[in-house]
Amino acid sequence: MPLAYTPTNVPVTINADACIADKGCTVCVDVCPLDVLAIDMAKGTAYMKYDECWYCMPCEADCPTNAVTVSIPYLLR
Amino acid sequence: MTTDNSETIMQVDVLVIGGGTAGPMAAVKAKQANPKLNVVLLEKANVKRSGCISMGMDGLNNAVIPGHATPEQYVKEITVANDGIVNQKTVMAYAQKSFDMINLLDSWGVKFEKDETGDYNVKKVHHMGTYVLPMPEGHHMKRILYRQLKKHRVKVINRFMVTRLLTGKHGELAGAVLLNSRTAEIAVIQAKAVILCTGAAGRLGLPSSGYLFGTYENPTNAGDGYALAYHAGAELSGLECYQINPLIKDYNGPACAYVTGPFGGYTANAEGQRFIECDYWSGQMMLEFYRELESGRGPVFLKLDHLAEETIDEIEVILHSNERPSRGRFHERRGNNYRERMVEMHISEIGFCSGHSASGVWVDENARTTVPGIYAAGDLACVPHNYMLGAFVYGAIAGQDAAEYCAGHEFAELDMQQIEMEKARVLAPLQRQDGITPYQMEYKLRRMVNDYLQPPKVTKKMEIGMERFSEIRDDLQYLCASDPHELMRATEMQFILDCAEMAAAASLYRTESRWGLYHYRVDYPQTDDANWYCHVQTIKGDTDQPECFKREIAPYIVELNDEEKGAYSKLRVASTSA
Ligand SMILES: Cc1cc2nc3c(=O)[nH]c(=O)nc-3n(C[C@H](O)[C@H](O)[C@H](O)COP(=O)(O)OP(=O)(O)OC[C@H]3O[C@@H](n4cnc5c(N)ncnc54)[C@H](O)[C@@H]3O)c2cc1C
Ligand code: SF4
Ligand code: SF4
Repeated sequence: MPLAYTPTNVPVTINADACIADKGCTVCVDVCPLDVLAIDMAKGTAYMKYDECWYCMPCEADCPTNAVTVSIPYLLR
Repeated sequence: MTTDNSETIMQVDVLVIGGGTAGPMAAVKAKQANPKLNVVLLEKANVKRSGCISMGMDGLNNAVIPGHATPEQYVKEITVANDGIVNQKTVMAYAQKSFDMINLLDSWGVKFEKDETGDYNVKKVHHMGTYVLPMPEGHHMKRILYRQLKKHRVKVINRFMVTRLLTGKHGELAGAVLLNSRTAEIAVIQAKAVILCTGAAGRLGLPSSGYLFGTYENPTNAGDGYALAYHAGAELSGLECYQINPLIKDYNGPACAYVTGPFGGYTANAEGQRFIECDYWSGQMMLEFYRELESGRGPVFLKLDHLAEETIDEIEVILHSNERPSRGRFHERRGNNYRERMVEMHISEIGFCSGHSASGVWVDENARTTVPGIYAAGDLACVPHNYMLGAFVYGAIAGQDAAEYCAGHEFAELDMQQIEMEKARVLAPLQRQDGITPYQMEYKLRRMVNDYLQPPKVTKKMEIGMERFSEIRDDLQYLCASDPHELMRATEMQFILDCAEMAAAASLYRTESRWGLYHYRVDYPQTDDANWYCHVQTIKGDTDQPECFKREIAPYIVELNDEEKGAYSKLRVASTSA
């Protein structure tokens, strides 16, 4: 039962210039109730890893540098 | 993945499962009752922002405040709204403690709307009484609860989900098996008491958008607690009384008539006409909503465009900053300006939730389930229409009672075989290199739930649904997860399957119609009090299938007259009836 990957457009975007994950910030990752954000170690920024978002916004509200933008997922928009 | 036998085993007195609304209150109250107890609050997400109130709340939907309502009136209202099928003692316990809880929250810093004299500014939304207390600044809820957790030294464990409860030799609670959603670590907690506070079964039906996580409920709440209680041998009740809510179409959040009603907003048909007397969510209201939606005057809308500019400004601030703050972004793209046009509404996917309807784990007025040592509070505990304040009140009741229970009980012995079996079950999807992904299986399952279980309910359809569910159960041997996060989803998917089977069983068992749309059976259209004035209970049967039976309704402690009994069946505005 082989698997294939289907790319999907995710609703949460991170402004890489503003994100301070490289200084150790993980706030958005910590607060997300669905646990769908992660830190890209190589780039030193947060990103949305799984397209499973409740568009609830703690990630955006709690980010210390206003780097997070939550959009309504495309299927609902 | 290795599966050595070195899982961590912790011992705690009271384990609270779910740190959303009821959970933090339960933990604080258990600690207050006996500060020496070892109380752990376990949360699948992070208590700072977890659960329904993660961003706050627009108001209390069911405040029983002296001068505005009495506990007796409230018990009547809920008895009628729930078509007579209530254990009034549980509703009364809530109603009597409601005002003290509001004052406690007020003293903790929760901001409720007050009038010039400092009184709570309660509004009328229900059909009979006055119970809605707005919280225009309700966005600090989680921060306030977090402060109390720290103050009372409750130990918090985040990012672990409970996958099964463990039971002892006499069927009593012994502990819980946990899965870390980031590392796939398995841990075991031995406990004297657990309090299930895991919220609704919010991922049962598929929203009409098709987006798995675009549910009304916080989708972290997949029905975990319902399945946990079921497998531990507890009774569940009213699972045929689904939760179905009127929502903003596609966005799938509240519109929200409770907020806008007191300002003059209302639910209307395409002609802008009001068709229901009262916007309070009940099965009877949902049936009228459904009929209008499907009629030539449909679909249904939230109407605000007749209101004054200042009023709309005020509504906008509340609706776009609290509770579901992304509402404004949704409206922007759709060009929905409250001033210019009505907002299209639709009905939600089905779910289990006692917070909104009456489907839950059976509890008495002390929040005890039928299994010694297992408590339940909040959306998953069967106290009808309990909402947020009910979650707080029952969280408090459960915390106190569980603390007392600990004093009189020893730890039950852990059964190593139970633990090993559970570990193997949970980790299996991670050991498969390929197969079917949790997303595919969940999508198919929830699509079948829509096709076969969503009201109007039809006997044959529900039977076919059962067959499809059992095929999906056969497919579980192919369920594969490529990382710990997917393993969490795979575990949740199995909870959803348990809930789907329970929903079908309970719905088929009650051969009548009741609660308006919630249990509208096309082939049994009448309400049949002679045979079905009773609770329908569901338990795990000997063949590992859900089994249903009747439970008598305890004698009412607040009597209703005939006019009151009929109040919720007269919701349609006379001039719009067909
Ligand atoms: C959009 C929306 C608007 C609402 N508006 C209002 C309103 O205006 N007024 C009102 O009174 N009520 C309102 N309600 C209802 C109210 O929010 C709920 O009744 C109440 O918050 C339920 O509390 P709870 O503790 O049962 O669930 P929650 O607060 O959702 O907490 C459940 C917690 O359990 C955790 N969990 C789940 N499974 C597991 C597991 N296996 N292991 C560990 N943890 C787990 C979850 O992460 C979550 O944190 C609203 C609900 C929603 C969804
Ligand atoms: S909270 Fe903001 S700054 Fe911190 S990791 Fe997330 S995006 Fe970056
Ligand atoms: S909007 Fe909510 S679910 Fe989506 S990423 Fe942010 S916190 Fe997570």
